[in-house]
Amino acid sequence: MSLSRLSCSLIVASAVAATACRTPAPQDLLTGDAARAVYVAPGHYDEFYAFLSGGYSGQVAVYGLPSGRLLKEIPVFSAFPENGYGYTEENRALLQTTYGMVPWDDTHHPELSQTNGLPDGRWLFINGNNTPRIARIDLTRFETDEIIQIPNSAGGHASPFTTGNSEYVVSATRFSVPVPNSDVPIADYKERFKGTLSFVRADQPGKMDIAFQILMPGYDYDLGHAGKGPSDGWFFFTSYNSEQAYTKLEVNASRNDKDYIAAVHWKLAEQCVKDGKAHRTPAEYDHNYVDEKSRIAVTERKHSVLVLKPEDCPGVVYLIPTPKSPHGVDIDPTGEYIVGGGKLATVIPVHSFTKMQQAIAAKAFDGDLDGIPVLKYEAVLAGEVQHPGLGPLHTEFDGKGYAYTSMFISSEVVKWKLGTWQVVDRAPTYYSIGHLMIPGGDSRQPWGKYLLAMNKITKDRYLPTGPELDQSAQLFDISGGKMRLLLDFPTVGEPHYAQALPASLIRARQVKFLALAGNTNPYVARSEADGGITRSGKAVHVKMIAIRSHFAPDNLEGVMLGDTVYFHVTNIEQDWDIVHGFAVLGMNTANLILLPGETRTLRWVPQEVGVFPFYCTDFCSALHQEMQGYIRVSAPGSNVPLTANTSPKAATQQARMPMNHGSMKGAGR
Amino acid sequence: MTRRGRILLAIAALLTIAALILPLWTVRLVAPQYPEGLGLAIRTSTVVGLKPGDLLSINELNHYIGMRVIVPNAIPELAWMPKIVAFLAAILLIAAAFGSRRLAAAWCVLAVALAAAGIWDFHRWEYDYGHNLDMANAIIVIPGMSYQPPLLGSKQLLNFTATSWPASGTLALGGAMILVALAAADRKRTSRRPVPIVPAVPHLAGTPA
Repeated sequence: MSLSRLSCSLIVASAVAATACRTPAPQDLLTGDAARAVYVAPGHYDEFYAFLSGGYSGQVAVYGLPSGRLLKEIPVFSAFPENGYGYTEENRALLQTTYGMVPWDDTHHPELSQTNGLPDGRWLFINGNNTPRIARIDLTRFETDEIIQIPNSAGGHASPFTTGNSEYVVSATRFSVPVPNSDVPIADYKERFKGTLSFVRADQPGKMDIAFQILMPGYDYDLGHAGKGPSDGWFFFTSYNSEQAYTKLEVNASRNDKDYIAAVHWKLAEQCVKDGKAHRTPAEYDHNYVDEKSRIAVTERKHSVLVLKPEDCPGVVYLIPTPKSPHGVDIDPTGEYIVGGGKLATVIPVHSFTKMQQAIAAKAFDGDLDGIPVLKYEAVLAGEVQHPGLGPLHTEFDGKGYAYTSMFISSEVVKWKLGTWQVVDRAPTYYSIGHLMIPGGDSRQPWGKYLLAMNKITKDRYLPTGPELDQSAQLFDISGGKMRLLLDFPTVGEPHYAQALPASLIRARQVKFLALAGNTNPYVARSEADGGITRSGKAVHVKMIAIRSHFAPDNLEGVMLGDTVYFHVTNIEQDWDIVHGFAVLGMNTANLILLPGETRTLRWVPQEVGVFPFYCTDFCSALHQEMQGYIRVSAPGSNVPLTANTSPKAATQQARMPMNHGSMKGAGR
Repeated sequence: MTRRGRILLAIAALLTIAALILPLWTVRLVAPQYPEGLGLAIRTSTVVGLKPGDLLSINELNHYIGMRVIVPNAIPELAWMPKIVAFLAAILLIAAAFGSRRLAAAWCVLAVALAAAGIWDFHRWEYDYGHNLDMANAIIVIPGMSYQPPLLGSKQLLNFTATSWPASGTLALGGAMILVALAAADRKRTSRRPVPIVPAVPHLAGTPA
């Protein structure tokens, strides 16, 4: 036996399918008409929008399914030079935190807003794992509109899972920390470190708020999911490190045979908070949101949060023992089964919500931890899936009575039947699958046609590109009895988790341009006549319009070294897809991309005397290359008058395109 | 005039009033870059884009070839036209009230004349729009090319296919004209009504006058 075969058989020692051990030749994968199943002809549309987390890119990547075509990257927690996100005066505030501007993050779990337990296509939420934050993306524009920071939290991993009507999205801390954070010995971990589960009000755009936090034992919290149907009103969170280790967790947090799923009765928590049982405690955090009309983001600093201790609200939290270091906690479409995914477990444990209620009523407890009752494992268990493979992580459902669990260590997807707990099918993945996703697969009614596997390793799958290789997504057809691999495609950043929904739910609602008449940015210029230059001390404000194929004004003089120049540029087009860009020579932040009807401000501090061109960066029209102008920077104290000269061409354009302020109707022929 | 004729005139009046609001004519423009199309709707009182932003976009595109900017407020016809159509509707209401067949007939003649004048004016306006170009500021100049949009049907204008057709307002006006013509012709039908036959009075038969 060769060495490679030996190591391979060691990894998949037990009952794992031998397929995981072998790298199949590409022709092994060509099953029938797979190419036709994913081919979306030119001019035709994909059936689903899929939103994949961009991991450490801080973004969301939007793909079409089944084609796997990348449609858009949406910057969320990342400054994005491509369109100036995070750099312009209008949206810098979105990245503001109590740590200052944090222009990156580690996005993990996209979550579609829901109505009655079904994705409704209004918003997409996503977490920042590093600096705990939750963002709201508006799906009429595919833009980030709101970000809230989570205080008393370190590593917002179990986030932002939603309740059935998006009343709340949650954020549970991955790392327990002193609450409030303070200078304490790390060796005091067991006594001083706490976990928090944050319930964030999310049903109103621009008004996200931390409704309350529940103070939990100092474990690591990993994932969460809301109940549905009979279990509506409950929330479930996995935890690991019930050992409360604080050094070499790899070993020391893997000793206990079982960790816990925390079952939280959030409706009761809501009531306890209403009854005044939560304590308002100091906590600093930022809430950033975009004003709908001006499209300007503002930061609001908040100073306190309501903290609920489980002992002050009996019955609000129970711990369900679950083997072993669980990752996923997934609720089946009926709301009855709670599926745990123990990274180190050899079975997939499935708990029953009905049995859990009976166990609570019968007080079938194995004592308590920090005052939180621990339910007896056998009393809550509905069944265990035996020999599922190695490293069960995350489960989604097809709505037809089957569950699909990703197996990280044995690199496969395992399909099993709810109720009988029998494995009925398995398919290898390439390689090391983390999460998987079925459109609506965590909702009350999944669209169980496709399954997307999100893999961490892509060795030998694509042309190599240096030491760092892509991560990948793999699409399976799950409409028949057997899973069938259709396609794989590389992804942006880490495709940690994804959500998808039928394109028909959002396609028709796409905004094509922003109404210029509704633009309330204080520096908006709605016509060429509105353009101009003004000085206020050392600040110079330039109001400028962009339209095919010129800026007006296009020549600026009277700026002096030591001034700060604010270019307030408005794209006055009202036409779908007519985007203009703006960049200045030596610009040391980013360029602007201006959507039709939008005003954006670029702050520029000239570094030397001279004449500096600016130009349009988005290829907008046949005369895009002519879309340019100059700004002259003079020595401090020079007597160059402040002028915003329009070129002769722009001047005649002005005569030809007269427009009233705030109205699209012209004023004279 | 019969009751039926008066109802016809009243309906015609309503259709004429509807034409005040409905688009009289639409011009649609389609190009490779505009698969969804751009369009203008011409109403009695204004010119609007078929979609929000269309008028601005059409003006913006037209500046490349030196075409005039369409500014609805500055088109004198659009100030008169609503008054003329309202006047036509008023006459119909009067004709319906008085059951005047003669007034209805006069309306017909007037309406046909005005419609012909309107179409001629539209054509003249399109001609001017497409021929009277600002060559000094035109960016794309093709010598000798005119950009007159079609009055009816389709025509290729550079990369755009322009299609022009009468719209619901014109159909309403046309319908009104037919109804008024029917009403005006109503007398013949009235005269064809069976005249009651005086019954023979048997006992008077043969009686000397």
